[in-house]
Amino acid sequence: MLDSKIPVGPVHEKWTKYKGTVKLVNPANKRKLEVIVVGTGLAGASAAASLGEMGYKVKAFCFQDSPRRAHSIAAQGGINAAKNYQNDGDSVYRLFYDTIKGGDYRAREGNVHRLAEVSTSIIDQCVAQGVPFAREYGGLLSNRSFGGTQVQRTFYAAGQTGQQLLIGAYQAMERQVALGTVEQFTRHEMIELVIIDGKARGIIARNLETGELERHFGHAVLLCTGGYGNVFYLSTNAMGSNVTAAWKAHKQGAYFANPCFTQIHPTCIPVSGDHQSKLTLMSESLRNDGRIWVPAKQGDNRKPNEIPEEERDYYLERRYPAFGNLVPRDVASRAAKERCDAGYGVGSSKQAVYLDYAAAIQRYGKAEVSKRNLGNISAEAITNLGKEVVKEKYGNLFNMYEKITGENPYEVPMRIYPAVHYTMGGLWVDYELKTTIDGLYALGEANFSEHGANRLGASALMQGLADGYFVIPYTLGNYLADDIRTSNIPTDHPAFVEAENKATERINKLMSIKGKQTVESFHKRLGKIIWDKCGMARNEEGLKQAIAEVRALREEFWSDVRIPGEINEFNPELDKAGRVADFIELGELMCLDALERNESCGGHFREEFQTPDGEALRDDENYMYVAAWENKGVSDWVLHKEELKYEIVKPSQRSYK
Amino acid sequence: MQHYTMNLTLKVWRQRNNKDAGRFESYPVNNISSEMSFLEMIDVLNEKLITDGGDPIAFDHDCREGICGMCSMVINGRPHGPWEETTTCQLHMRAFKDGDMITIEPFRANAFPVVKDLAVNRGAFDRIIQSGGFISVNTGNAVDGNSLPIDKDMADEAFAAAACIGCGACVAACKNASAMLFLSAKVSHLSLLPQGKPEKKQRVVNMIAQMDKEGFGSCTNTYACEAECPKGISVVNIARLNREYLGASLSGD
Repeated sequence: MLDSKIPVGPVHEKWTKYKGTVKLVNPANKRKLEVIVVGTGLAGASAAASLGEMGYKVKAFCFQDSPRRAHSIAAQGGINAAKNYQNDGDSVYRLFYDTIKGGDYRAREGNVHRLAEVSTSIIDQCVAQGVPFAREYGGLLSNRSFGGTQVQRTFYAAGQTGQQLLIGAYQAMERQVALGTVEQFTRHEMIELVIIDGKARGIIARNLETGELERHFGHAVLLCTGGYGNVFYLSTNAMGSNVTAAWKAHKQGAYFANPCFTQIHPTCIPVSGDHQSKLTLMSESLRNDGRIWVPAKQGDNRKPNEIPEEERDYYLERRYPAFGNLVPRDVASRAAKERCDAGYGVGSSKQAVYLDYAAAIQRYGKAEVSKRNLGNISAEAITNLGKEVVKEKYGNLFNMYEKITGENPYEVPMRIYPAVHYTMGGLWVDYELKTTIDGLYALGEANFSEHGANRLGASALMQGLADGYFVIPYTLGNYLADDIRTSNIPTDHPAFVEAENKATERINKLMSIKGKQTVESFHKRLGKIIWDKCGMARNEEGLKQAIAEVRALREEFWSDVRIPGEINEFNPELDKAGRVADFIELGELMCLDALERNESCGGHFREEFQTPDGEALRDDENYMYVAAWENKGVSDWVLHKEELKYEIVKPSQRSYK
Repeated sequence: MQHYTMNLTLKVWRQRNNKDAGRFESYPVNNISSEMSFLEMIDVLNEKLITDGGDPIAFDHDCREGICGMCSMVINGRPHGPWEETTTCQLHMRAFKDGDMITIEPFRANAFPVVKDLAVNRGAFDRIIQSGGFISVNTGNAVDGNSLPIDKDMADEAFAAAACIGCGACVAACKNASAMLFLSAKVSHLSLLPQGKPEKKQRVVNMIAQMDKEGFGSCTNTYACEAECPKGISVVNIARLNREYLGASLSGD
């Protein structure tokens, strides 16, 4: 059994007690300690900024041309915090409880409670940095609703919350760059971890502009490298999002936890053809006001506006009256798939449902009439007023939809379908965010810890910033306090030489294959296998097939991939080849994990295990654990378990009815 | 919406690295669907180039949903192409018709050296932010978020300026390669908010000094930047920046 090192004591006192007793590093010693931060999204940028402010010497790496481009930037809807500014019954406990329940009882109570506790400080910090959150006319912060909750605790900046939060963290980090505490390395990718005497002591990074390999020492290494959703090829992730840094750590001894827990987001723009390179999310915040429906009749080919109200099936409102359109993502996604599989889908592919704003436009229009005291005005004028309100709330999302599809969502309902969005699984970490390798930490989406088997909307931003601003500044000190006598290890140490040689060999091998098939074509094939057999629904037979198919694909990749260009130049195809090779290996582990977990929970839906009305059927007796996989070699993993103990929340069949 | 396919000729800037002189090369691309994004069309060409043993076109891109600011390209003479307030990654092929010839170049500016083909180095923007584009508040220093009410209109205006994605289209559009729209958006975002007021003067002075040092040109008020900005950042921000700069210079501290 793995030890998560959760402090003893009542859940609401654990973090306070930990902070009060944790080892500290004095300012003079901090200046001598170097920390490597890989990735500059919300977790990485906030960690680099905070550690730099504290006086550590930080090196921050990102593969993009600027830290500000990390994919946190694309988060739309918002960030949760238990401020209870709305006086609607929210509290730290409520946020904790919603997150545990939303995660289908597969997350740690201790970690989640800490997350809920620090959530309020995040909002304060961001406001102080100048993040322009939405405000009410009285000048105070505005909130909206998100899925899986019955309170309004989501703070937002139009549909660009991730952008604004990331720019806040990025600016804080750039300030430290100017002060000399943080050194930033853009267009650099970590491709090996360096371990000396059992401790993470540095990385081998590839300068993507020149192709050169560089050795970097650190007393500790923080992986803030995001999730692995791109294993599916098509996802809402950025094109460059990858698992490589985490995977290198995994192959060197860091356990990978719950890899099969992936989140399929219910509201994305549907696939339009084989050319598709990525999928675009339509924020969950749209479910605040939009209504989701399909025709009540199978194969109904009428235009949406021609289908009368009584011939529509608002299936979420029908199945889940208490939460309606705001059920959690896993539930909403499965319900959409169920309707489409049953023949009620819409659009040319029939793999879509409608997200309709007509009712909201009318409702807002009428509210404006009374607010502005307009009396008797035409129906058209009311509609126009309603459209104005919707535009203010969701304008950028509606524009994006129109650019991609060529359809005007103010006039016709949007077509949406679930798509891969987030990965709850990731590197296993203990309460201090430390992996099973000493000195190696994982923050944000790169770790597995807070969201269980399903993440609630607006909680990823919260977790990334919690880890970077408020958790790692304390927990890292607890490790480094014992390291103050370790002077910098020169990078000609044999462990650095060996790690660099390993990286060089792999690159040479990739370039020497000179096969016939492109990297992209392998990635697409991998994505199709994983989506079909380890996607929204999984079963034993399919998973076994998928494992065999992924193994065969790996062999084919390493014998027939074609990479153009040279090693020592800007060569995005070579960068991609390394990432896809790692995704192929991860794909196998995901299927293995899904096969091993003989239950359904959250985003992991095994068709063999469901309730009579098609809901996920957990098996708490046998599967209430974190599955943490240790890599032993090619296609060879050993399962370790971390038992989950629920002291506060009593696990029950999750109900949103 | 009616979908169609088209055959096109692309005239693309090829440049091995920043020491190479560079030149245009033409490529035919066939059977392009009007539903594709512009970058997906380039993907099709690159897949063909790789399969045929050629060198694919290097270009920057990441989120492909118009927010990361990584994609660049000047398409038919316009940064990010023909659509208003749209990044290259959000431009779709229904903007073109069968038989079109499309010219594709990198963002050109001395301060943005070419890395390869269409990819350029925009590190100068990071250095401008380092010179003052922040509010100096360490983690943990903050008071309650609602302790400081901010006029909604002011907050909205700050947000509109903060929507800048740092792509550099404003620089590419400007005949002087000035970075004033980028810089003024940041200055406006921070100085409109009460939190940003204490550092207002040194911020504008330091950021302008850094902009000059990076080799960006001066603003001569042609407003090409605003016309090409994919996020609709207004030149009103430049006027505000000029006022602040003047004020800071006159006060002499």
